[in-house]
Amino acid sequence: MIEVRWHGRGGQGSFTVARLLGLAASVYGGKYAQAFPSFGPERRGAPVLGFTRIDDVKIGDRSELDGCDYVVVLDETLWGNDVLSGLKDDSIVIINTKDETKYKSETSHCIIAIDATQLALDYLGIPITNTAMLGALVGASKIVDPAHCIDAIRASMAPKIAQKNVDLFNHVYGEVNSCE
Amino acid sequence: MARKFISGNDAVAEGVRLARPHVISAYPITPQTIVVERLSDFCEDGSLKAIYMHVESEHSALAAAMGVSSVGARAFTATSSQGLLYMAENLPYASGARMPIVMMNANRALATPWNIYGDQMDSMFLLNAGWIQVYVEDAQEALDMMIQSYKIAEDPRVMTPFMVNLDGFVLTHTYEVVDVPEQELVDAYLPPLKLAENMMSLEAPKSLCITAGNNFNMEFKIKQNEEMNASTAIIAEVDASFAEVFGRKYHGLLEAIACDDAEVILITTGSVAGTSRMIIEEYRNKGHKVGLIKLRYLRPFPTEALAKVLKDAKAVGVVDKNISFGYEGTIFTNVNSAILQSGLTPKVHNFICGLGGRDVTKENIREMFDALLSSAAGDSCEKIHYMNVRCAL
Repeated sequence: MIEVRWHGRGGQGSFTVARLLGLAASVYGGKYAQAFPSFGPERRGAPVLGFTRIDDVKIGDRSELDGCDYVVVLDETLWGNDVLSGLKDDSIVIINTKDETKYKSETSHCIIAIDATQLALDYLGIPITNTAMLGALVGASKIVDPAHCIDAIRASMAPKIAQKNVDLFNHVYGEVNSCE
Repeated sequence: MARKFISGNDAVAEGVRLARPHVISAYPITPQTIVVERLSDFCEDGSLKAIYMHVESEHSALAAAMGVSSVGARAFTATSSQGLLYMAENLPYASGARMPIVMMNANRALATPWNIYGDQMDSMFLLNAGWIQVYVEDAQEALDMMIQSYKIAEDPRVMTPFMVNLDGFVLTHTYEVVDVPEQELVDAYLPPLKLAENMMSLEAPKSLCITAGNNFNMEFKIKQNEEMNASTAIIAEVDASFAEVFGRKYHGLLEAIACDDAEVILITTGSVAGTSRMIIEEYRNKGHKVGLIKLRYLRPFPTEALAKVLKDAKAVGVVDKNISFGYEGTIFTNVNSAILQSGLTPKVHNFICGLGGRDVTKENIREMFDALLSSAAGDSCEKIHYMNVRCAL
């Protein structure tokens, strides 16, 4: 089973992307998936978590994630113990930042950095980075087929917005490679 | 059939749409809100030809559903927690009047302290209300039970309101793959509700003030109890016919997993059953003779089915996401009575967990099986265990 934890702030689409990944893996990829938010009240700007589980068999586990394979940080101001907790030795951290030096010095985990905010501004005109970060995750991990992510984006958004997000996803997916 | 990636709440709404109720009367409450939002959307976009009644409270929601049911139409409502308790006065009214209303309840903690997260204190409170109570494990079962529930509730041998319970957030807010059946298939399986005898209509108005004094009341209640008990057969029958049409079965009143040669058996309801399935596999691979019962129905209570599965168990554990203050977990009390009535003598243990949304971890389930295995081996072991707690007790 592959487990992914998404860190963002309310309004940044961190649960939406947890759901897009699950949709890509399950309905389009033929696997089983679960996606759920950090439970509780929803508030714009407050730290929120999204979770995605992907497996080849039906997922029975209903407990919270206790060791994730990938952590994706949409908002670098959330960096800290919450991001670095519950990782496995070979977990990969993907972060939206212009400068990854600070983060690389604070953990031995592989850090993949992408300036998703600038790219989102270029492609969408707004700093919503969730589909860019999906591109980074899938580029780094290959846990789902990128074509299935594009299917999921198109199924979930109005056509005009979907196309911009697909372009953004493709850009980032093409740019990000796995950890050496 | 459409394969969708949707939440438990979405699955409930899809299931209700397929069951074609005439009227939905409901009041939104976390974590049920998405159900009534979706149904309101479906009524608006015409994909569900029903009247959505905006009511001012849960008490009115069920009162309206009773009005709908009294003219022989199909009624649906949904609630949670404090909303269910606010509705409580009307629950025995509906069951005594033998109205086949279906309600979805998102299991949530009760105040005080105020808490919006999941546990099962709310529905346990209403165990005596005369409603059938089922607890589902995932979003697919939630959708399927919306169809099965009307089929069972409206059977002339049953005619009893039906409560479908989903663990708040853990099931209501988790997205997973759900097969949504074709409408034609559901229409053939669940035909429109036919007006039974004695229904009220505009031509034949009736008083709903059904009374039975001390000369008839007891016979009335005994009949109600006997027919609720007899519904166990119809529940099994409907699960079997559902499997024939839709290809999915839930094993009726309870599902026994790896129980045939099990020395210890853990009894769970709702979402905890899913997590426990993983641990059963893990412990079986290590050679431990462990089994799992997914207790689906709490009313009618499956005494005979339980006794059959538990007959050779040396230790039995019951998971309760509730406390009956001054005693123990409510399901534990019910299971103990069934064990005693059946002449069985396993060691019994109660695992109280998940109150107010506390996570029930895989490690917690392992701890439960370890306690049961050590009890079965003859060690003395506490009767009531509180799981995943920080404070010293």
